[in-house]
Amino acid sequence: MSDISLTVNGKRVSGAAEDRTLLVHFLRENLGLTGTHVGCDTSQCGACVIHVDGKAVKSCTMLAVQASGSNVVTIEGLADGADLHPVQAAFKEHHGLQCGFCTPGMIMAATDMINRHPEGLDEATVRAELEGNICRCTGYHNIVKAILAASETMSSKGKAKQAA
Amino acid sequence: MYSVNYHRAASVADAAKLLKSGDAKLLSGGMTLIPAMKTRLAAPSDLVDLSRIKDLQGVKVSGKTVTIGAATTHHDVASDEKLKRACPALAHMASRIGDPAVRYKGTIGGSIANNDPAADYPAALLALDATIVTNKREIAAGKFFTGLFETALKDGEIITAVTFTAPAKAAYEKFRNPASRYAIVGVFVAKGKDGVRVAVTGAGDDGVFRSKEIEAALTKSFTAAALDGMKISAKNLMSDIHASADYRANLIAVMAKRAVAAANG
Repeated sequence: MSDISLTVNGKRVSGAAEDRTLLVHFLRENLGLTGTHVGCDTSQCGACVIHVDGKAVKSCTMLAVQASGSNVVTIEGLADGADLHPVQAAFKEHHGLQCGFCTPGMIMAATDMINRHPEGLDEATVRAELEGNICRCTGYHNIVKAILAASETMSSKGKAKQAA
Repeated sequence: MYSVNYHRAASVADAAKLLKSGDAKLLSGGMTLIPAMKTRLAAPSDLVDLSRIKDLQGVKVSGKTVTIGAATTHHDVASDEKLKRACPALAHMASRIGDPAVRYKGTIGGSIANNDPAADYPAALLALDATIVTNKREIAAGKFFTGLFETALKDGEIITAVTFTAPAKAAYEKFRNPASRYAIVGVFVAKGKDGVRVAVTGAGDDGVFRSKEIEAALTKSFTAAALDGMKISAKNLMSDIHASADYRANLIAVMAKRAVAAANG
């Protein structure tokens, strides 16, 4: 057993867990944050993607104790109160989901992708960057559209901020 | 997975000490080890986490000498501006390992210590004639990769860095398994001051190897045309559900040609 303390969605949290506990299970079972999903449990599908210290990683392939001391953001921490994050809003607007199971991971991966490409994104880049996230319903088309739209919104907001 | 005891090492010396506990294994990005533990292909009693040791991280370029800390992630190798100038082939190779989330965690040291027969880094280091630095000694890449998932590392030995001289020209081309993104065949070609070296991953039934016949042809003429009509023997190549040995043999020549063309840019 280890004592694990980390910042999750801006709040300091701590708890005891066995060293073998995966980070995704710690989030879901110890903290009740069930927005992060376990899809394949083999590091391939990306339903469990969260941000650890600002990087999108697969929380099914990391021990909770490895993350101790880190700053974690999950899908629950993305919206600003009742205002959806631009990526969430774009997924809603562009029907970027059907069953919704992959969506938390898609949105966390997309947010990281947009942050890494402040110059903007094109369709080929989005599709290549989504290699670690599997969706079995949408055929990806509307997910790609949503990410492109969100990238546009976020970069124009950034530009507006710079201008202001 | 089985119960395990986790230790976070503060330094390489600390890690060496912790590694003596039970049947301990080193943990870096965990992108291979944790999945292997879930499927019980690996069941260490203890894990010694190297990922917070700052000395093991980062890329240094000094003249033509490149040194990459063992715990440097694929993401950091792929996006290092100094490396992109000194050896763009290696940065580009790192940018195509796994997927973005995997690249944020997986490390060069972890990849070569595991020596998966389809991993990318073993081909790069063998072709670049790199030196693997451990807490005990320096090992030439040619002596380091000894077989399937086997290396020259001894018990208690920890990789700290990888170092090589930037080649004049180099490129890596791989034919990827579309699901795993591992190489079905990957070929790294490098033209350095000591000649041409060509290393093949994904294909050999004993892991990464140098192709002497491609090296000989490219030494005469470092052009894709020099490989026209080159037939690679399927002997000692892998056959599995992804590709037969004959198919891999053909792919070696095709990937080598593409790599030379890319290296000549």
